Amino acid sequence: MTDLFRATWVVSYRELLRFFAERTRMVSSIFLPLVFLVIFGAGFSRIVGNLAPGVNFIQFVYPGIIAQTVLQGSIFSGISIVWDREFGFLKEILVAPLGRSGIVLGKVSGNAAISVMQGVILLILSPVLGITLTPLIVVELVGVMILLSIALSGLGVLIASRMKSQQGFQMIIQIIIFPLMFLSGIFFPVNNVPTWMAVISKINPVTYGVDAIRRIVLGKELAAIANIPGASSSIGITIFGHTMTVWQDVLVVAAFGAVLLAMAIAFFSRQE
Amino acid sequence: MAVIEVDALSKSFGKIKAVCEVTFQVDEGEIFGFLGPNGAGKTTTINMLCTLVRPTAGSATINGFDVIRQRSDVRRSIGLVFQDPALDEYLSAEQNLRFHAYAYNVPPDIREERITEALQLVELLDRRKSKVRTFSGGMKRRLEIARGLLHNPKVLFMDEPTLGLDPQTRRHIWDYVLALRKQIHLTIFLTTHYLDEAENCDRIGIIDRGRIVALDTPDNLKDAMGGDVVTLKAGDNEAAARELKEKFSLSPVVKDGDVNFHVPHGEIFLPKLMQNFQTPLISINLRRPTLDDVFLKLTGRAIREEEASGMDQMRRMMAARGRR
Repeated sequence: MTDLFRATWVVSYRELLRFFAERTRMVSSIFLPLVFLVIFGAGFSRIVGNLAPGVNFIQFVYPGIIAQTVLQGSIFSGISIVWDREFGFLKEILVAPLGRSGIVLGKVSGNAAISVMQGVILLILSPVLGITLTPLIVVELVGVMILLSIALSGLGVLIASRMKSQQGFQMIIQIIIFPLMFLSGIFFPVNNVPTWMAVISKINPVTYGVDAIRRIVLGKELAAIANIPGASSSIGITIFGHTMTVWQDVLVVAAFGAVLLAMAIAFFSRQE
Repeated sequence: MAVIEVDALSKSFGKIKAVCEVTFQVDEGEIFGFLGPNGAGKTTTINMLCTLVRPTAGSATINGFDVIRQRSDVRRSIGLVFQDPALDEYLSAEQNLRFHAYAYNVPPDIREERITEALQLVELLDRRKSKVRTFSGGMKRRLEIARGLLHNPKVLFMDEPTLGLDPQTRRHIWDYVLALRKQIHLTIFLTTHYLDEAENCDRIGIIDRGRIVALDTPDNLKDAMGGDVVTLKAGDNEAAARELKEKFSLSPVVKDGDVNFHVPHGEIFLPKLMQNFQTPLISINLRRPTLDDVFLKLTGRAIREEEASGMDQMRRMMAARGRR
């Protein structure tokens, strides 16, 4: 047990060191979401108008961008494994007296910490967008972000566990990350879309993370329109006529996370 | 006492037998080398001994621990210097060593002291805060040696420790290794395809196509060749070979425009040869046998350093391209 803990700690410690050593990655990870927010916000808010009474497009997309930041950061756990394999450092990790599960947990928790930091930085913008956050909301958000990023880091490691080259990994990630991102309700509600799209959205773990974050951030706004029929569910997720609550979202993300993490550990441990 | 004991260790990748029933022992404090051309199975053997690759058959123990069943104990007992650099280039020298200290559970109260000592040993103390990507090839290798020793291993494995380094740096690395052996009584297991490096080992195993074809001290291996190597060129090489066979009952080999043969005490033999040899001679060369001669005799091929260094260049080029 102490070995598992040590492996998790030492591997995640290095992930953090690496992150702070690479200024370009640090800066781009902060500015990219801002660019998304500004472009999408400015571009769509006039055309789209309010998505629900009292919720304008920027307010709608802002929680989505937080989730997207977590998604981008988490998938990096996979990139970092492929990177280490290509540049040899993975050998140093694999030959150390560290268990394979601990190495996976270290990669996952290190990148989760980084993604959550990036997400939290975005919270500073909330007053500008007319959204009030209380300390309780921030705590809840951090909790959901941690859970979501662990699940998605698990996915990153799972994909990376067998990939040999950066190029190959980038290709696969492009194919996977775009559906994950665009079919998750980050940029538009997933209820009012063609059936095939709705189906894909609902088996996408990111969808539930986005919804949970959105419901927490827009708690006050959503509560105000709770009595108008259909208003709150129009920007949420409805499965067989049932609109998901925050806790149900969280449970779904946790379940996805457990499965992805278990698979990541199994796949990563089997390599020689 | 044997620190490494290997018994009929084998590894197959599909139908290819990379290592085939290799058996040997390495004693404490010994420098033991594996000499062989690229692809002979040297790295696969090291990878099996350091638990990175699971053997197909046979067994091996290091410091008394089984490489299949007691992986963690084996890993704690060994230090490794890999064939290709395995450093995190974006971190500083010190940060690389600190990661290693955490990973191998070096006690916190002696950790920083150890790191300083290790850096001092390889003369990198003044560069401790520098990012590894600013280091030269030789400096990286030295840092890797320091790292391999940080957790006080019983055995240091070095897979082609001087591959791709210039001769001066190679010499330098060897000075460190030999000094280390004196200072801390370390057992060193290394692989190489450089003959001059193999000469530095206490004992060497010559490995070819996954099998050990000879195992002894460098001197014994050369003595077993049956004396000195004579190379001569004659107007008619075939006639010269025939005459050598008839008059001196030697077994000369005609190859690449030369006639080669082995004789004990070449300096006494040569004057005798000159006195009553009929075939006109162009040149004669006498030398002590090298490990290359040993390898040639055992396998029928030369190790061919030229080809190997071509491969290295290729590899370095590819690595540089990948980095961009």
